[in-house]
Amino acid sequence: MSGFDKVVASYEEAMAGLEDNMTVIAGGFGLCGIPEGLIAQIEKMGTKGLTVASNNCGVDNFGLGLLLPKRQIKKIIASYVGENAEFERQMMSGELEVQLTPQGTLAEQMRAGGAGIPAFFTATGVGTPVAEGKEERNINGRDYILEEAITGDFAIVKAWKADRYGNLVFRHTARNFNPMAATAGKITVVEVEEIVEPGELDPNEIHTPGIYVNRLIKGNFEKRIEQRTVRSV
Amino acid sequence: MALTREQLAQRVAQELQDGYYVNLGIGIPTLVANYVPEGMEVMLQSENGLLGMGQFPTEDEIDADLINAGKQTVTMATGASLFDSATSFAMIRGGHVDLTVLGAFEVDVNGNIASYMIPGKLIKGMGGAMDLVAGADNIIVTMTHASKHGVSKLLSNCTLPLTGKGCIKKVITDLAYIEIKDGKFHLIERAPGVSVEEIIALTAGELVIPDNVPEMAV
Repeated sequence: MSGFDKVVASYEEAMAGLEDNMTVIAGGFGLCGIPEGLIAQIEKMGTKGLTVASNNCGVDNFGLGLLLPKRQIKKIIASYVGENAEFERQMMSGELEVQLTPQGTLAEQMRAGGAGIPAFFTATGVGTPVAEGKEERNINGRDYILEEAITGDFAIVKAWKADRYGNLVFRHTARNFNPMAATAGKITVVEVEEIVEPGELDPNEIHTPGIYVNRLIKGNFEKRIEQRTVRSV
Repeated sequence: MALTREQLAQRVAQELQDGYYVNLGIGIPTLVANYVPEGMEVMLQSENGLLGMGQFPTEDEIDADLINAGKQTVTMATGASLFDSATSFAMIRGGHVDLTVLGAFEVDVNGNIASYMIPGKLIKGMGGAMDLVAGADNIIVTMTHASKHGVSKLLSNCTLPLTGKGCIKKVITDLAYIEIKDGKFHLIERAPGVSVEEIIALTAGELVIPDNVPEMAV
């Protein structure tokens, strides 16, 4: 690595510095657009006590679900966690702390975290269990709750293409939480399908500028599909 | 006769208007897309970052990078756009989506909705539902009027944890079209062949019955 070149040589280097009890923000929606190799590397490192902010927690044996068997996650902040038997077991037994957060609030918490906004008011969750313990305020006749931003020691992100400077392009709905996650990590690590030379990506079409990216690695993705749904021709 | 899931979706589809941006929840709401009236254009919003959702793909078209909010593989309609989750929920929270259709476990006379959690049993999370009900003006809840055991889902007070407070004005069930105002349910239409008495018997919250309750056209 030199200058603006963010490319690292190995997964070890990509996740170097991740320690027990850190907070990790992960991009992805279900199994779509998840940094598969970076998650596998965390599993391999055996890092424990992690707080993870991610819309979902993978499935048994794939995605963030890989971090469950060895109890590497202490707390998860997510909007929907329904696809995972081991997850349910750990949640019900109290081994895993789960903070259910509305999807739009979670996206905005990451966005705010990366944008230097410490908290924001939202109508989402007013009068529900989500509002418990949070400051409420009436603004122009409507009730809102105060939600705090989320930042991470690490953010792990999946993109489609990157140049060596870390400028990122996402593909289809694999974009989802990845751009916000990328802004909210002290160290943002991005796993991509293809790395090109600076200048090869059209600056007009870059979704995430390289300023947010610290480390970049080319991965090999399985891209597992959760609900394969087809129409007959 | 109570409406089938397809008939229920058909009745909801009659609430669509040309040029609407619509978010359809998982389950019966998803079926509404099959009954968009001829000659009408609507654009479906999927909260994971797609406006202009198309039909399911053929085997050849399957793309792991293109799914809907139910994690099903989908395609893009002509004129679709893609965006991140923060932008998606800015659309939703900012009130830019014209119609939201979603399911529920319970709705009450004050427009409260419970749809995401059964304590001790089902704890999967709210996904985008809390943002959708907080952000949309025009929401239709679709559900069966009562449980399989005949327990009403239209209550004086929701018993389950709320998804949203005071945000529901329209409910279309397999038995009736009901509006909520002034802390009461108002019976607007009944399913073909279903009597007002049957609806009264399965509605736990206060129900206002007008002199004339027409049958739904399905």
